[in-house]
Amino acid sequence: MANKSTAEKKSVLADVLEGTVNWVDERFPLTSNVKAHLTEYYAPKNFNFWYFFGSLAMLVLVIQIVTGIFLTMHYKPDASPLDGILGNPSVAFASVEYIMRDVPWGYVIRYMHSTGASMFFVVIYLHMFRGIIYSSYRNPRELIWLFGMGIFLALMGEAFFGYLLPWGQMSYWGAQVITSLFGTVPLIGPDLMEWLRGDYLVGDATLNRFFAFHVIALPLVLLGLVTAHLIALHEVGSNNPDGVEIKKTKDKKTGIPLDGIPFHPYYTVKDMVGVVVFLIVFSAIIFFAPEVGGYFLEANNFVPANPLVTPSHIAPTWYFTPYYSILRAVPPIGVSQFPGVVAMGLSVVVFAFLPWLDRGAVKSIRYRGTLYKKWLFAFVVSFLVLGYLGTVPADKFGQFGSWLGKADIATVIARVFTVVYFAFFLLMPWYTKRDKTLPVPERVTG
Amino acid sequence: MSDNHSDKHQASSQSEPSASVDIEKRKFLIVTSAVGALGCAAAAVPFVKSMTPSERAKAAGAPVEVDISKVAPGEMMVAEYRGQPVWIIHRTKEMLDKLNHHDTQLKDPKSEVPQQQEYCKENGRAIKAEYAVMLGTCTHLGCSPNSRFDVTPDWDGGFVCPCHGSKFDLAGRVFQGSPAPTNLVVPKYHYLTETTLLIGVDPEGKA
Repeated sequence: MANKSTAEKKSVLADVLEGTVNWVDERFPLTSNVKAHLTEYYAPKNFNFWYFFGSLAMLVLVIQIVTGIFLTMHYKPDASPLDGILGNPSVAFASVEYIMRDVPWGYVIRYMHSTGASMFFVVIYLHMFRGIIYSSYRNPRELIWLFGMGIFLALMGEAFFGYLLPWGQMSYWGAQVITSLFGTVPLIGPDLMEWLRGDYLVGDATLNRFFAFHVIALPLVLLGLVTAHLIALHEVGSNNPDGVEIKKTKDKKTGIPLDGIPFHPYYTVKDMVGVVVFLIVFSAIIFFAPEVGGYFLEANNFVPANPLVTPSHIAPTWYFTPYYSILRAVPPIGVSQFPGVVAMGLSVVVFAFLPWLDRGAVKSIRYRGTLYKKWLFAFVVSFLVLGYLGTVPADKFGQFGSWLGKADIATVIARVFTVVYFAFFLLMPWYTKRDKTLPVPERVTG
Repeated sequence: MSDNHSDKHQASSQSEPSASVDIEKRKFLIVTSAVGALGCAAAAVPFVKSMTPSERAKAAGAPVEVDISKVAPGEMMVAEYRGQPVWIIHRTKEMLDKLNHHDTQLKDPKSEVPQQQEYCKENGRAIKAEYAVMLGTCTHLGCSPNSRFDVTPDWDGGFVCPCHGSKFDLAGRVFQGSPAPTNLVVPKYHYLTETTLLIGVDPEGKA
């Protein structure tokens, strides 16, 4: 009787919906996936500010893919001069200007894409910093961290390849400098460099292949890695600001972690607040300062590429500058710049070793001792200082006197902080073990 | 996996427990995998090779033969290689003598910065001292410096860049106080005959 009365109350629409879901469930695990990843994925209840950036990174990825698709409708990867007249800007440069000036709303889409690139790094750096302060990379989450590192590398590739496409001065010379780095590899260097460029100089062949990497190859890799990152995360469960495993204390009847709450609706709603705040900042940049004073889009990139004229100061966009500083800081051995190139590569890849370098008794910074905190502080300072130094010429602060061999002051500072940067990683097994940690609570503290 | 496999195998043929691994089948799988991997490697060749400079790019960047017999002593000529001007300066005895007079005013008098081939570090940065060969683009912003060969009491002859005033001597070495950071670049080259140069190829034949 009771059954019948509820059935009568159900609307036709609900019936159709239920029927459809059932139909799909018999053919595809829809409901079980929604449960596993959303409504019955139990995340720790004590997530804080730092936990916004994972979902924001997904948002920016979607923004980049969507705006990117629309940009490719008008962009032309062609380095030949416009109308075939020597001295004209390239077809590629002109097509970007065409998007900016003639395509309806084109400038908004382009600025969304260029701002998205920088904001991607803002979000990812904060996301990585979260992982570091709460040791989210540690057992059992090493693979999540490694997939994340893969995403980070793919993202750097995307940013580098994408920056060449407008074929402006900074595009051209940036690509020239970075591809030259491969030329410093002993023995195979020059051949490798030529192979990457597809010509003796950065040219049309380079532009076309970078376009292919930027719009097809790396986005596919990125999507695959993001999927793996999330599958691994949902397998082991999220870490939290206390670094306590919530799976240790489960409700005896239901088997649900006592400190866990379903991702949906609790964290979807929380993340939406983050999305709104993020989009306010994002739109403000797009509409009021899309170049961000030359940090998101460099002034020199509004000048058409000219292979015969090098800009006086070549600097990468801000998100590459810490590594670029390290490249410049490491002195050459003999005439080979290779040590600097190796140091730069290591400064990026070294993050991948964190799960095995950290020997601390606790995960969260809340229960770490002062020794660890001092080292972390030193690292953050050196990352920021190196980042700043990478944006300025090496002779920015003049030279030391002859007592220091007239060395550039900026270079010497960069050298000191490069040592600190690597010491943070290389000495980590030692200082995390020696660190006087605090007792960790049994359950999360809210 | 292996446990599972041996279990099944033992269930079907319990009399020979030692034959739990089918060696013949394993060998076959190893060989077919190796052949398959080889096939994949072979299939990768066209893709990797397609990224090397195309025939068109090679033709456009081919080494350039230059006849230098008509450059009078004390004069220079300009050849073109890969879209860039290449200077060939016929240096006289006096010009060469003057090269050693201003070492203290140079940024890199001994050419330590690798702006030239190893075989061009001596002889005023040339294979034969009489003929200097260098790219005619300023290492500052890539403008093309002008020649100024007239010797005055405080000028031994050389080049001055019209854009920002960088000064170079007749070996392309940059003077202190110039915005240009390094000496001019000496490209790869060698002599085909006494009076013909091949620009773009080492004496050892390496392009």
